[in-house]
Amino acid sequence: MNLFANITSLPSILLHAAIPLTIILVYALVAIWGERKIAGFIQDRLGPMRVGGFHGWAQSIADLLKLIQKEDIIPTDASKFLFKFAPFMMFAASYAAFAVIPFSSGYIGSNINIGVFYLLAVTSLLTLSIIMAGWASNNKWSLLGGMRSAAQMVSYEVPTIATVLTVIVVTGSLNLMTVTEMQAGNDTLGFLPNWLILQNPFLIVAFIIFFISILAESHRVPFDLPESESELVAGYQTEYSGMRWAMFMLAEYADMLLLSLLGAVLFFGGWNSPFGEFMSGPTWGFFWFMLKGLLLVFVMMWIRWTLPRYRVDQLMHICWSILIPLSFINLVFVALWELIF
Amino acid sequence: MLNDIKVGWRTFRSIFKGMGITFGHLFSPSVTLQYPEERMELPKGARARLYVNIDDCIGCNLCARACPVNCIDIETVPSTADVDLGVTSTGNPKRFWLTRFNIDMAKCMYCDLCVHPCPTDCIYMVPEYEYSEFDRTNLVYHFSNLKPDMVASVKVKAEIEAEEKLKQKEELARQKAELAKKKAEEQAEEAKPKSDEPAAGDPGKDIKPETKPVSDESDKDESKPETKTEGAEPAADETGKEGIKPETKPESDEPAANDSDKEGIKPEAKPDNSDADSDESSKKENGE
Repeated sequence: MNLFANITSLPSILLHAAIPLTIILVYALVAIWGERKIAGFIQDRLGPMRVGGFHGWAQSIADLLKLIQKEDIIPTDASKFLFKFAPFMMFAASYAAFAVIPFSSGYIGSNINIGVFYLLAVTSLLTLSIIMAGWASNNKWSLLGGMRSAAQMVSYEVPTIATVLTVIVVTGSLNLMTVTEMQAGNDTLGFLPNWLILQNPFLIVAFIIFFISILAESHRVPFDLPESESELVAGYQTEYSGMRWAMFMLAEYADMLLLSLLGAVLFFGGWNSPFGEFMSGPTWGFFWFMLKGLLLVFVMMWIRWTLPRYRVDQLMHICWSILIPLSFINLVFVALWELIF
Repeated sequence: MLNDIKVGWRTFRSIFKGMGITFGHLFSPSVTLQYPEERMELPKGARARLYVNIDDCIGCNLCARACPVNCIDIETVPSTADVDLGVTSTGNPKRFWLTRFNIDMAKCMYCDLCVHPCPTDCIYMVPEYEYSEFDRTNLVYHFSNLKPDMVASVKVKAEIEAEEKLKQKEELARQKAELAKKKAEEQAEEAKPKSDEPAAGDPGKDIKPETKPVSDESDKDESKPETKTEGAEPAADETGKEGIKPETKPESDEPAANDSDKEGIKPEAKPDNSDADSDESSKKENGE
């Protein structure tokens, strides 16, 4: 069933590159519209209703066309190359990480044995591109925003990695395809799927820590301090306009999807059907995988319209004095559980 | 340690409680009205735009006087004896041509004070609030349904009648004065020692009650803001006569014109009334 096993010729490489890109672009258009609709519904509003007919489904497309037409403003004293390069590097970092995500049993961009390690390494380039954008703008507020954003991402990378490590302790493999395949079947308590979150009570704690950390890593409420659109201008994005700004937006949404999909792979069985053999197969696998990922994205949006924003000191306190110790203690407990059972 | 667990439990419980509330709102009906397609029904008694049912207006000017910002501009001309303007739907007789009834909604402050004094309830607020204009002058609403030529002819007729009335009044006053003089002279002849004082007082006393009906009419006339002839009325003395006489000279020509006017107006007035009826019915439909 491995349709894309041979990555040798140039067309096949381009095809492999195009599939995640298509998924990201379509997802971004749907997610931005969906986020606005969810925001509207939660606040008893309607959200976008005008563009395209049914519930303003074409709103994101209209916004994209508007952003394309906008002037590309570069500040006079900005570091031109870095300023222009930062948004694309940020998107590239998010996009490159999709290479190791197993979208279905028949498709994974690159079936390498250090998948999770590669993913975490590549996404740390996001921090670099954010500092690049903030510094290159030659604007003290952009720089401050970039520094804050980078500090937040670097801090929350630690609990993320620690919780990912707990899963790796259980699975014994860094390859996400192998991790997913290990969760096939419905044997837990006789009928539940063999998802990792259902196999080990300490992995539930791990998932909660992981979810809080990815909220912070993708700059979602309640950890959206770098942007905090109701208070600040836009943090490191202040000087950006038009398509360059849209690239940041796209990268953030791609990052959100990436981390949600990673969560789905590590804790919710990836492309495995929740009904065992029923409704399984490469296409159904893709459906289940995206459904799980988008559900996590929905929870992120849901939390956004529920919780208020943390202060910077609270943000750092949660990370360094609660989540990091807890995640390492949890790692020990998971390891003990694996030793005993 | 135990305290930390308690705090953690409380935190998560409150987060899930909050998320439960927002999840409930996710499915609760929206409060948004899709404006151009959907509109909120205005509450009863909403003050949005003034409307005048001109067929019921008796030209009493009460609304214009009540207006704190002078946004109502009314000009009335008394109807002449040959025209019957009919009665309003409330039964009040109409005595004035409404040559002008303008309401400047740009000035209006929606206080509703003009609505309540109206004896025929013909000025009221209608629930129409989408009447923005690019030009401010378009916010002046003209409610008078008289045509400009009609207005002119009505004014001319009213002036002529007013002059005639004035003349009659002066004639009457002169006759009374002469009568009083004669009486005074007779009395003076009868009783010379009583001096002139009662004689000077008597004619005045005699004249006043007799001229009262006339002066009452003039009082009514005063309610009209623009009767030029009124200024001459108080000076209805011998000097006034001299001033008026040259004016009345061309009267010999005017009656002929007056007659022709009457003939001209009567047929005009009939279609006008029918127009007014149709307007009334159409406006009522609009209003309701």
